[in-house]
Amino acid sequence: MNGLFIISGLGILAMLAEILKFRKAVLPLVLVGLVAAFAANLREWNTPVTWFNNMIAFDHIALSFTGVILVTAFFWFILAGDFFRRESVITDHSALILFALVGAVMMTAFKNMNTLFLGIEIMSIPLYVMAASRKEDIRSNEAGFKYLIMGSFASAILLFGIALVYGATATFDLDKIASLLSSGQELPTFFYAGVIMILSAMCFKVAAAPFHFWAPDVYEGAPTLVTAFMSTVVKTAAFAAILRLFMIVLNDVNGVWHHMLAGVIALSLIIANFTAAVQTSVKRMLAYSSISHAAFMLMVVLANVRSGLSIEAILYYTLAYSAGSIAAFGVLYSVSRNNDHSIDAFNGLAKRNPLMAVCMSIAMLSLAGIPVTAGFFAKYFVFTAVMDSGYKWLLILGAITSAVGAYYYLKVIIAMYFREGDKHPIEENSATKMVVIIASVATLVIGVVPGLVAEIFEF
Amino acid sequence: MLTGLLIVLPLVASLLVFMTKGNASRQLALGASVAELALAIFVWMSYRHNPDSSLLSLDCTWVKSLAIHFAVKADAMSLLMILLTTFLVPLIILSSFSTNYEKPQNFYGLILLMQMALVGVFAATDGFLFYVFWELALIPIYFICLLWGGEGRAHITFKFFVYTLLGSLFMLVGLVYLYNHTHVNGLHSWALQDIYDAGRSLDASQQGMVFWLIFVAFAVKMPVFPFHTWQPDTYVNAPTQGTMLLSGIMLKMGTFGAIRWLIPVVPMGMDQWANTAMVLSVIGIVYASCIAIVQKDFKRLIAYSSIAHVGLIAAGIFSANQQGVQGALMQMMAHGINVVGLFLIADILVRHTGTRLISELGGIRAMNGNFAVLFLIIVLGAVALPLTNGFIGEFLLMNGVYQYNAVMAGFAGLTIILGAVYMLRSYQGIMLGDKKESSMSFGALQSTDKLVLIVVCAAVIFFGVFPGPLNELAEEGARAVISNLK
Repeated sequence: MNGLFIISGLGILAMLAEILKFRKAVLPLVLVGLVAAFAANLREWNTPVTWFNNMIAFDHIALSFTGVILVTAFFWFILAGDFFRRESVITDHSALILFALVGAVMMTAFKNMNTLFLGIEIMSIPLYVMAASRKEDIRSNEAGFKYLIMGSFASAILLFGIALVYGATATFDLDKIASLLSSGQELPTFFYAGVIMILSAMCFKVAAAPFHFWAPDVYEGAPTLVTAFMSTVVKTAAFAAILRLFMIVLNDVNGVWHHMLAGVIALSLIIANFTAAVQTSVKRMLAYSSISHAAFMLMVVLANVRSGLSIEAILYYTLAYSAGSIAAFGVLYSVSRNNDHSIDAFNGLAKRNPLMAVCMSIAMLSLAGIPVTAGFFAKYFVFTAVMDSGYKWLLILGAITSAVGAYYYLKVIIAMYFREGDKHPIEENSATKMVVIIASVATLVIGVVPGLVAEIFEF
Repeated sequence: MLTGLLIVLPLVASLLVFMTKGNASRQLALGASVAELALAIFVWMSYRHNPDSSLLSLDCTWVKSLAIHFAVKADAMSLLMILLTTFLVPLIILSSFSTNYEKPQNFYGLILLMQMALVGVFAATDGFLFYVFWELALIPIYFICLLWGGEGRAHITFKFFVYTLLGSLFMLVGLVYLYNHTHVNGLHSWALQDIYDAGRSLDASQQGMVFWLIFVAFAVKMPVFPFHTWQPDTYVNAPTQGTMLLSGIMLKMGTFGAIRWLIPVVPMGMDQWANTAMVLSVIGIVYASCIAIVQKDFKRLIAYSSIAHVGLIAAGIFSANQQGVQGALMQMMAHGINVVGLFLIADILVRHTGTRLISELGGIRAMNGNFAVLFLIIVLGAVALPLTNGFIGEFLLMNGVYQYNAVMAGFAGLTIILGAVYMLRSYQGIMLGDKKESSMSFGALQSTDKLVLIVVCAAVIFFGVFPGPLNELAEEGARAVISNLK
C-alpha cells in the first residue's frame, strides 16, 4: 500500500516539476521513487492488512504482481529517458505514466468491484493521451482516438457487468460475492450475463480475439515506448485482475464463462499467429504476438486449477513476457529512429550493431518459447497447468500455433543475420543499451533458474 | 560426475572460443574436442571397470517445485552415442580446416555448443532435461546453417526449424502428459523410470495418443517418411560441417529418443501403432533409395541415402526385439561415421572441381589414386560389405525386422540391393571412366582432409573387423531396453 502512496506522490511531484522548474531532476527522482516503492512493497510481504473498508488489500498475489510491474516500470523509465528528451515533455508525460502505474497497481490489489473499475480507468485514461502524444503524426492521433473510443466502450460494458452482478448479489465486495457463490444460493440469470460482460471487457483490455481489433492499430500508431508500456505493464495488471476475478472469486460459476473463454483463446491463437506471420512491420507483428501470449495466459485461467501452480504460471509468464518485450521494444526503438518499423529496418543489424542483434535474438527466441530462455518455461508452466483440465485440445492448438509463431520471430533473426542492410551503424545511447542487455540477461537467467520466480509461492 | 563434466567441458570451451579471434579459435576448438574425446574414452573405461560407478551419474535438483532434476547418467546406450558424438566432432572440426569461414570464432563456438547439447540429449535421465537439451541442439545448428549455408538458406533453414520445432512441441505436450500421471509419494516426477511407470499405467487409447505425440518429434528428426521433406534441401544447403552434424549426430537424436523415450514408455501404444511406424519406415527405405538412384547431385544423393539408412534403423527400433534394437544402435554408429566421410568427399569434390554433378565428373582415380581408395572404402562401408562397419548393424537389423514380419523384411532388404546400386554407380561415375574436363584440376588432397578420410576409413575397417567392444555396449543397451518392455 505504501508503494501505491509513493507512486501517487511521484506523479504529483512530476507535475510540480514543470511549475517549480526542476525538470532535469524528474527522471532520477522517479527512478529513486520506484526503487523506494519496490522496497516498501517488499516490506509488506506477510502483513495482510486491508485498507479502506476492505476496498483494497495487498496480499501475496497483489504484492508479487506489483513487484513485476514496478521492476518493468523502472527499466521502462530508464529506456524512456531518451524518448522524453527527444520527442515529448518529461514532466507531463512521466506524470501520466506514473498515474497509469497507480491504476495498474490498484488492479492487482482490488478487493471490491469499485476499486477494480477505478483502477482500470486510472490506468487507461493516461494511456489514451500517451498513445496520441506524437501530435503531428496522424497515426499516433488515430491510435489515441481508436483506443479512447474502444476503451470507453469496453469500460461501459464492464460497468454494466458490474451493475448486473451487484443487482444479483447486492454487494461490490469480492469476498462477499465469493461466499455467496460458495453457499450454493440460486442466483438470477442476469448475474451470469454480468459475469460474461465483465469477462468481455477484461478480454478487451488484454486484447484477446475477437476483442483485439484495436490492438494492432494502437500498438503501431503509438510511440514505440508507449507501446512497450502497454504490452508489458498494462498486460501484467490486466492479468492480475483477471486472475483475481475469475480464478479466485468467480471460480465456482462453472460452465458459463468457461465455454466463452475457450472460444476466445482458440480464436486468439489462430488469428494472432496467422496474422502475425504475414506482417511486414515488426511493431505490428509484436502487437499480434502479444495477443497470442495473452491467449496462453488465459489458458491458465481457463484451466482453473485453484492452486499455487496457476498463480505461479501467470506470474512467471508476465515476467518472462515483460522482459522479452522490453528487450525487443528497446531494440526496435533504437533501430527505427526514422519511424521505419518494417522488418527491413533490421536488415544486416548483426553487422551494424552485433550487441543489439544478439539481444534481439534472445528476445525473439524467448517470445518463441525456445529453451533455455524464460519464454520456454513460461509455456511449460502453461502446459503443466492446462494438462489436467478438460482443455487438452487447446494445448495441441497452442503447440501448432507456437510453431507458426517461431516462423515470424525467426524472420527478424534472419533479417538481422542474413540480409544485407545499409551500412551505417546503429547508434544507441548507453541507457538503452543497458536496459536491453539487462532485459536479455534476465530472460536467460530466469530461464535457466526458473525457481527464482516460481518458488516464491510455496502454498 | 564425469558425465556432467562431459557436458560442461564443451560449454566452457565454446564460451572461450567465442572470445577468441581468427585461427586461434579453430585450434582451440579442435583441442577442446579432442580433450572431450579423451574424457569420453575415460568414461568408457571406467564404465567397463564398474558400470554402476557413481562417477558415471550426476543428479542435482534444478527446479524443486517442478521436480526437475539435472540428472545425467552414462549407461551402455548413452555411452555408445556419446562416443559417437565425441569421435565425430573432432573430425568435423578438422574437416573444416581446408575452408576459410567468416567469423571462425562463432562457427566453432556454435559447433561446440551443439556438442554440449547433443551429449546432454544422450545422457539425460530426466524427461525435462532431455527436452531442454533436445531443443537446445536446434539453435546452434540453425545458426550454422543460416550463417554459413549455401543459396536459398534462409528459406530452407526456416522450414527445417519450424518443422522440427512443431515436432518438439508435440513431444513436450506428450511428456507433460506423462509427467502429470507420475506419482511418487504423492508428487510428480520427471525421472526416467517414473516416466516409464506413468506411461504403462495409462490405458490403451491414452498410450496410443502419447505414442503419436512423441513419435512425431522423433520421426521429424530422423526423418521417417512422410516427415522427411525438410531433409534433402537442408542437407544440401547447409555448410559441410553443418550437414555432418545433422546427419552424423543429430539424426541419431531421433533414433536414440525412440529407443529410450518412446518404445519402453508406451508398450500398449506400441502394440497398436508399431506396425504403422514400421510400414512408414519401410516405405521410406524403398522410396528414398529409388530417388537416390536418379539423383544427379552427389550431395543430394547422400542425403537421400541417409533417409534410406535411417528408415532401416527405425524399422529395427519399432520391431522392438533384441536384434532389432541392437542392430539399430550398431548401425547408428556406422552410419554416423560413414556419412561424415561421404559428405567430406562431396565437399572435396566441390572444392577441387567446382561441381557435385555426377555427370560432369569422371576419371578422378587417374588423377589421385589415394583418394580413390579412401572413397572406395567408405562406399563399401555404406553399402555394408562384410568386414566393414556397416555390415554387422545391417545384418542385425534385417534379422530383427524379419522376426517381426517377414514381408517387411523382404521390402527392407531392398536397401541392400538399391544401396549398392546408387553408391557404386555414383562411385563409378565420379572416379572411373574417362577424364572429364572438370576433373583435370583435381590435385593432391589437403593434409587435414586426408587425415580425416584416413581416420574414417580406419574406423570403417576397424569396427568391421573388431566390432566386439561396441557390440558389447550395443547388446547391453538393447537388453536393458528390451527387459524394460516386459
